[in-house]
Amino acid sequence: MNRAELKQRKLDATSVRLEGMTLPAGAAWAEALRQDALSRLLAMGLPQGRDEYWRWTRPDTLNADAAKPAVVFHADEAPVFSGIDRIKLVFVDGVFDAEASDALEGENLEIMRLSDALSADIHWVKDAYGVQEKKAQEPVERPFATLNTAFATDGVVIRATGKVAKPVSLVYLHRDETSDAILHHVIRVEDGADLTVLENGPAAARFNKVMEVEVSDKAAFHHVRAQGRDHERRAVTHVFATIGQEALFKSFTMTANGVLTRNEVVLDIQGDDSMAHVAGAALGDGDFHHDDTVFITHDAERCESRQVFKKVLRNGAKGVFQGKILVKAGAQKTDGYQISQGLLLDGDSQFLAKPELEIYADDVACSHGSTVGAIDEEALFYLRSRGVPTAEATDLLTLAFLAEAIEEIEDEAIAEDILHRLEGWLTRRRVG
Amino acid sequence: MLEIKNLHVKLEEEDKQILKGVDLKVGEGEVHAIMGPNGSGKSTTSYVLSGRDGYEVTEGEVLLDGENILELEPEERAAAGLFLAFQYPVEIPGVGNMTFLRTAVNAQRKARGQEELSATDFLKEIRAKAKSLKIDAEMLKRPVNVGFSGGEKKRNEILQMAMLEPKLCILDETDSGLDVDAMKLVSEGVNALRDGKRSFIVITHYQRLLDHIKPDVVHIMSNGRIIKTGGPELALEVENNGYADLLAEVEGA
Ligand SMILES: Nc1ncnc2c1ncn2[C@@H]1O[C@H](COP(=O)(O)OP(=O)(O)OP(=O)(O)O)[C@@H](O)[C@H]1O
Ligand SMILES: [Mg+2]
Repeated sequence: MNRAELKQRKLDATSVRLEGMTLPAGAAWAEALRQDALSRLLAMGLPQGRDEYWRWTRPDTLNADAAKPAVVFHADEAPVFSGIDRIKLVFVDGVFDAEASDALEGENLEIMRLSDALSADIHWVKDAYGVQEKKAQEPVERPFATLNTAFATDGVVIRATGKVAKPVSLVYLHRDETSDAILHHVIRVEDGADLTVLENGPAAARFNKVMEVEVSDKAAFHHVRAQGRDHERRAVTHVFATIGQEALFKSFTMTANGVLTRNEVVLDIQGDDSMAHVAGAALGDGDFHHDDTVFITHDAERCESRQVFKKVLRNGAKGVFQGKILVKAGAQKTDGYQISQGLLLDGDSQFLAKPELEIYADDVACSHGSTVGAIDEEALFYLRSRGVPTAEATDLLTLAFLAEAIEEIEDEAIAEDILHRLEGWLTRRRVG
Repeated sequence: MLEIKNLHVKLEEEDKQILKGVDLKVGEGEVHAIMGPNGSGKSTTSYVLSGRDGYEVTEGEVLLDGENILELEPEERAAAGLFLAFQYPVEIPGVGNMTFLRTAVNAQRKARGQEELSATDFLKEIRAKAKSLKIDAEMLKRPVNVGFSGGEKKRNEILQMAMLEPKLCILDETDSGLDVDAMKLVSEGVNALRDGKRSFIVITHYQRLLDHIKPDVVHIMSNGRIIKTGGPELALEVENNGYADLLAEVEGA
């Protein structure tokens, strides 16, 4: 297939996907932003398996004109974060449910439904909606994010002006077997402010979500997300963030199950002396495909970035990691660390990793590593010789493998909750 | 208690016979020492008893209280009361020592149909036992054996043994790498577990340990066999004269 043919396929896929879709109405400026996104999407087209960036993750089901039905998953436990004191915002199949949600308010906090913000004559989101998504199309195209900017039907707009005591918790419920949800959140953490955002739930049969975050000078943003344990969901998500001076950005994602998950994180570190950490712990069993695609740009001095991604795979599950650190000229004293590891619990599973470094500054310390391996037999025997049954010993070693990623969660109660879920997930899988 | 009969073991992966007919009988409450040159098969014997992969038993059997344990999984052997203090304790990054021990203690209790130990009871017990082995609280929190000194690892093995209260303890060169004071501590730890019922197999190269842990019987292993069995004086003989005479004696016989 030559370039022209590939392009044609991408454009054809786009017409199929967009068939019958209309841009949501809003204020004139908002409609213009959506129109701009649509034009950009029509120009680039949706991804194909031939695209380098989609070599290991098939985009077909994301491109299809409708969501593949996904059985609604009924969990036998309280949802994650239930025990955390939080501001809860509920979306059912991608539609905000005011009844089920807490009031859109809090100290040092402004929250608004996206559709309301995009309908207002004047709103700060005018300068933020789709802005980072658009910028992040260089050097790699991210068409699903562009599609999201054009067609997102719901979401929230959050502005933190100081320390926000309670986390804002976005809960995504899935009730309709064929729901196809597109959510877009815009978050601004102003100078010196501090905000935690939690996300959990299957959301829909097919889920496209974008979160654009601006972390201003001396501000801190914490993001903890739990995906799963539903089995049949397909999700493509993007987190875009720009990070100011002396700022902190931390994002952790736990994923369990799901036939297709592609989580892209694109960070742009613009201010000096900042820190950006992204981590993920994924557990896949059987029909599971999980892709973390990360792109961190260092465009300031003395900043630290960390990527810690761990995937536990078995029964033919597949894990993908594509992670890049780009250090621009002048981003001296950059400290970049990246580790991606696959733990294969059997011979059928697969972990593919593409770590990349591109460095244009001379005084930097960047390291990356990627490993694939099985459970350490020596350690397993040691545990068993102390009376720990094989399955339980394997779980202990699995949690140990994930520990470095979980340690990236700063809040102890939230980390505890996540750990507890992982333990539960392992136990259930063991007990059946 | 333990009876090893004509045990022949080869490596699973290659055609190498390592144990060539080991016979050993350890009675209730007894302490047996096994000495022998490097590579004679002492550790292999302890691994085969505890069920490590990689070895194939071609002949013979091992009875623990009359039950053939060679068919059991390592965890089942542990639950049956067998404990091996490793010559080289394994480091397990990411698994806390405390979590590890609690999991092990409770897994064994469960296998024996006993109630799990409550968190407070467990803590009380482990603190007391750790203290007597001079293992501080900080070491209990650290990942299993990670960053432990050689001596700390060995003390940690004895702590595990004390917590798991096995019927039969096998100590594989627990004295190597220990300074004089640690050797005393470890020996005291072991002696505290001697209750007239619990049995011990102490593998060592040095008589010194046997000054602290007094053996009832001493065996000399060479080239995959027990070539001589005697009283504590046998250890002294090895200490003074090495193995040459003993080996010559056997070859001459
Ligand atoms: N997995 C293995 N692969 C290859 N050789 C092995 C293996 N396990 C044991 N052996 C060999 O078997 C023989 C006995 O080893 P073993 O470790 O039992 O000796 P040992 O008596 O404990 O020696 P030491 O006093 O040095 O600890 C040695 O020659 C050793 O190299
Ligand atoms: Mg040895």
